[in-house]
Formats: sequence, structure tokens, C-alpha cells
Amino acid sequence: MISIVLEPQMQSTPGGLWLAVAVLLPFVGMMIGLCLGGRHVRRVALLTALLGLALAVVIASSWLHADGPLVYVLGGWSPPLGIALRADGPSVVMMLAVAVVVCGIGVFAYADFDTPAGKAESRSPFTYWLLLLAVWGSLNLVFVSGDLFTLYVALELLTFAGVPMVCLDGKSETLRSALRYLLFALCGSVLYLLGAVLLYGGYGTLDIVLLSERIQPGVIAWTAAALMTVGLLAKTALFPLHIWLPPAHGGAPAAASAVLSALVIKGSWFLVVRLWFDVMPGVVTLPSAQLLAAMGATAIVVGSVVALRQERLKLLVAYSTVAQIGYLFLMFPLAFDAAGNALAQDAALTAGVLQAVSHATAKAGMFMAAGLVYAALGHDRIADLAGVARALPITVLAFVVSGVALMGVVPSGAYLAKKLLLDAADQSGQWWWTIVLQGGAVFTAGYVVLVLVNALRRPAEPISTVKRVARSSELAALTLSVASLLLAFAALGPVPGDLIKNPLAPEELVTTLLVLLGGGALAFALARSPLAGSARVGAAAAGESVRRLVRPIGTAFESADGFVRRWPSASIGLLTLAALFGWLLLGGTPH
Amino acid sequence: MTVETLYGLCAAGLVGLGLYGLIVQPHPLRKIVAFNVMGSGVFLLFGALARRGAAAGLNGDPVPQALLITGIVVAFSATALAVALVVRLIESSGSASLSSEPPSTDSHKPPTS
Repeated sequence: MISIVLEPQMQSTPGGLWLAVAVLLPFVGMMIGLCLGGRHVRRVALLTALLGLALAVVIASSWLHADGPLVYVLGGWSPPLGIALRADGPSVVMMLAVAVVVCGIGVFAYADFDTPAGKAESRSPFTYWLLLLAVWGSLNLVFVSGDLFTLYVALELLTFAGVPMVCLDGKSETLRSALRYLLFALCGSVLYLLGAVLLYGGYGTLDIVLLSERIQPGVIAWTAAALMTVGLLAKTALFPLHIWLPPAHGGAPAAASAVLSALVIKGSWFLVVRLWFDVMPGVVTLPSAQLLAAMGATAIVVGSVVALRQERLKLLVAYSTVAQIGYLFLMFPLAFDAAGNALAQDAALTAGVLQAVSHATAKAGMFMAAGLVYAALGHDRIADLAGVARALPITVLAFVVSGVALMGVVPSGAYLAKKLLLDAADQSGQWWWTIVLQGGAVFTAGYVVLVLVNALRRPAEPISTVKRVARSSELAALTLSVASLLLAFAALGPVPGDLIKNPLAPEELVTTLLVLLGGGALAFALARSPLAGSARVGAAAAGESVRRLVRPIGTAFESADGFVRRWPSASIGLLTLAALFGWLLLGGTPH
Repeated sequence: MTVETLYGLCAAGLVGLGLYGLIVQPHPLRKIVAFNVMGSGVFLLFGALARRGAAAGLNGDPVPQALLITGIVVAFSATALAVALVVRLIESSGSASLSSEPPSTDSHKPPTS
């Protein structure tokens, strides 16, 4: 009998079992909820969420004490035959963040998604809680899976749990959005599976660690990388593949939109990160990473401008998600090592994960706030929000805080992430990303200012609310938004502290002021309804001429967005991008 | 030409057909069928790749078979979910069209919810 010396990542580590439990727990909760049914579901779900949060903390602490990633080898069969669950830094952080956000969303939805009195069970609350747990379990599987096929299954589970959330109300409009979402996501997942199959054919394993040792730049790896990346981008809805996102996220109930926007898209984004950083760091090339980030930059500009053109608050927030997804891809070219040959797991990756966490918390808070406004007023027309700040002060505060967190001004998690990326851009001499990073904040500020100005306006007549919103829901939204700001304290831990000198230094305040002013100007020029309302006549007239001048720009962005969101252009775009990625991978090989 | 190459080419053909259908067919049911054709192409390719394991002295590599079955189950569930959505859509709106509104005004038509 030959004794095989197992590599460190091929056998279970202490605490590794928790990873399996973390995947199982939400699904067990879902099964229990399904069996108990009716009014018990939400209690089961909330209890599971709290248990899961505790579990995530346990995993994080055992990861901190362990030397290297946590590993659990299922059934004792080590890869390549068996399947390993692995948790490294990014997965632990994402698991923790998702657990926090799920708890927040659970508290928010607790009052809203209750079975109506006199009924044993009603469809939409019952389904909502089960789907919430399913999304969470699938996400945990995405974060800890150690091989590309398990990741495929996890990703499909995530889609199957996310799609029905879009059409909880069963109206034909939302059913249509859900179907579009599902079909486009399926298109992406077949491309991903095709890539995984090619990799198996080429290298005889799908285990991430083994694959990263065996993989060589070559036709198989390039084709697989291009297909898998583009397939995942379709699921993440990175511009111009966001065909399904705005109607799906804008039409779903707020508690569901928060899940979809804050959590579900992070699953496929995380998989892109896994693929590029862990599986093929030496195969991907700088030009292909530049393309990825260029798509991100376009997403920021188009998403933000179209967000400004929206009439309804929830659609504005949905388009802001389109823009924010762009931010998540800016780190890729900045993470290349000095020679530009391979991706390095350094500060840029930390920044990317920080950005994802900060977006997850802030966007959940923002969608909740938008949902509360809708629930209280019975509508969410941005032009008619006057007086809402007085009626719902906590909600509007939550919206503003989450907006500030998304902008990345001092102090917030996104601010730290931006600093890290700016630093990486300086060091690698990629000055163009400095412009995108600084300018992106102005675009984000635009739609936050737009909403804020409308919400703070004095109403012509006293505002009438159709429903009292639960205080617990308002506080949940505020807590998640504030959590996003508090991520700035990450500077004390994993982020090098010398980057952040003094957040209250004059130059930082000037930057913040410039961002807000720029955002205000953008909102003034491009918003659909006049920002200033009926201000002084002279100023209004001058402003109106400016608005008339830039109106074609706004409509041009809108029609561009409408064009790429048609099915044929989106799917042809998908194939073109796959070809483009393949070509850039081919062209950038180091000789 | 070996039999594996033949299967490989056949798989490529199926993936191409499926992609074509996904792009040009407007009816969701046809898109679902196209997705299945494309999926079959991928599964066929996987099967053909498993046969190449024979080079190592085995009759075939068993791992792809296990993965294939899982893949087929996933594709089946996806199809079931998609068909269920189409049926509900037809019940509630009377048509299965994916674009009820003219695409150019897509972004600023307020949804009904």
C-alpha cells in the first residue's frame, strides 16, 4: 500500500465541519418551515437567521485562529475524486456579511410578510421566507465550494431561489420580468458549464486547488475562461448584460429586491473572483482585465445617468444597482502584479471584497427605505416625495446614510475600498482608473441628492400616508445602512492603516464637498423633473435653458440602455463579449 | 476521424443550434427548448470527454458520468421552473410574449406594481 501524502488543502482542518453546517443550516430551516407551514414560517426563518449569524461568527473566529483556509473534505474522500469545501479570507468575510444582511432583511420583512389574520397560510409570505433561506444556503455554498461543478450547482440553486422572489405578487408584469431573468441566467449558466466541461477535458479535475496547479495558458484555458466569465457576467448583470435587472429588481416587493440586489448578484460576482484569482491567475491577461473594468466603468456612467432619469424611486434604486455592479469589477486590472502577468491576491482584492460587503449592506438598506416610502405613501414617484422626510424621518435618514455609504465619501467601507484601489492605480500607473474611481462618486451623489432634495421639499399640502410602517422595519433599514458606514473601522484590522491619514483633514472634506456639488449639478441637469421645483423665476429660467441643452444627453443614455436591454442585442452582446475576451486572452500572452 | 471527435463535433453543432434558437426565437417556450438543445450539446461533449479517459487504461472516466447526471437534473429543474412561469404568464396576461412594451420606452414605463 502506497501512502499518499496529502497536500494541506486536501484534508479537513479543525473547524472545517462548520462549513458543511453553514450550508446545511438554511436548507434545514427551509425544510422545517415547509413542514410547519403557515404562521410558523417566519419565526423559523428568523430563528435560523440568528443561528446562522452565530455560526458565521464561529467560522470567522476559527478561520482567524487557523493557519490558512478552513477545509472540509466531504465523506473523507479527498479531491480529485471527492469534493472539498474551503473557506479563505474572502469567503469568510462574505459569509459573515451575508448573515448580517439576511438578519437585517429578516427583521425588516417580519412585520410585512405576515400571514393575514383569519388565514391559515397565504402564498407570498410563505414562499418569501422559504426562498430567503434558500438564497442564503445557496450563497453559503457558493462561498465555500471547492470545485467548479459544485459551484455550478450552487449558482443554479441561487438562480432558482432568486427568480421566484421577483414574481411573489404573481402579476403578469413581474412574471414576465422573472421569466426574462431566468432565461438570460440560464443562457449564462450553460456557457459557464461549457467552460467547466472544457477544463475537465483538458486537465482532468474541477477542484480549484488542483486545477490552479495544472492549468497552463493555452487554447482550452482561454476558451474556458472567456465562456465562464461571460456566462457569470450575464448572471451578475454587468452592463451591457443587465437586460433583466431593472424590471426584476424594480418590480419585486422591497424585501425581495433587497435580497436580489444586495445578495443574489454577489454570488456570481464572487464566482468571477474565484475563477480569476484562484483558478487561473496566470491565464487571465491584463487586457482582458481592462475590458472587465471598462465594462464596469460604462456601467457606472450609464446606470447612474439612467437612474437620474427614472420617475419611480424603486427603479432609481434598481438602476443604481446596475451602476454599483460596475464598481465591483474595477479591481481586476488593479490587482495585477507589477509585471502585469498574473493576478495577485493583494490590496486590490481586499478592496473589491470590502466594496462588495459595503454594497451589500448599503443597497439592502436603500431598497428597504424605498420600500417603506412606497408602503407609507402608496406610491414612489420621486417628484411627489415632498414632505416625506417629515413623515418618515428614520426611513429618509436610512436612505441618505446608505447613499453616503455608496458614494464612498468619508467615513465608509466604500471609502476605504476606494482609497485602496486609488493606491493600487497609482502604483501600477493606471491613471485612467483614478478618474473613474473619483468620478464615479459624483454620479452616485447625483441620484442621492435628487431623492434627498425631493424628500426635503416642503409639501404644498400636508402629506397623507396610507399605511403606518413598522418601526422595526425602519430601524432595520437604518441599521444596515449604518453598518455599511461602520465598515470604515476595517482600517483598524485587515486594511493597512497608513492609507487613511485623517478622514476629517481639509482635503478629504473638500473632496466630499466636490462630490456632493458635482452630484447636485448632475441631478439638476439630468433629472427628469426639475430639481428646484418652483424656485426664483430668474434662476429657474437660466436653469431651464441648461436643462434643455443637456436633455438630449439624458435621452441618448436612456435609448442606449433600452437598446442593449432588448433580447437580441443582449444575447448577441453576450457572444461578442465572449469572443472579445477570448481574443484579449490570446493577444496578451506573455512570450 | 475517431468516434470521440464525431461526438465532439455533434456537441458543437448542438450548442450552436441552441444558441441560435436562444437569440432569434421570440417565444419563451422555444427559448426553453433551445436552452435544452444547448444543454444537450454540453452534456454530449462531457460524455465524449469521459470516453477519452479510456487512454488511462479504463473503459471510460466515471467522474463525468456522475457530474452529467447532476447536470441533467439541474437542467430539468430549470426547464420545469421556466415552463411553470410561462404557464402562469399565459394564465394571467393571455400571451407569453416577453416584451409587452415597445423596447425603446422600456425603461420609463412604470410597472404595474
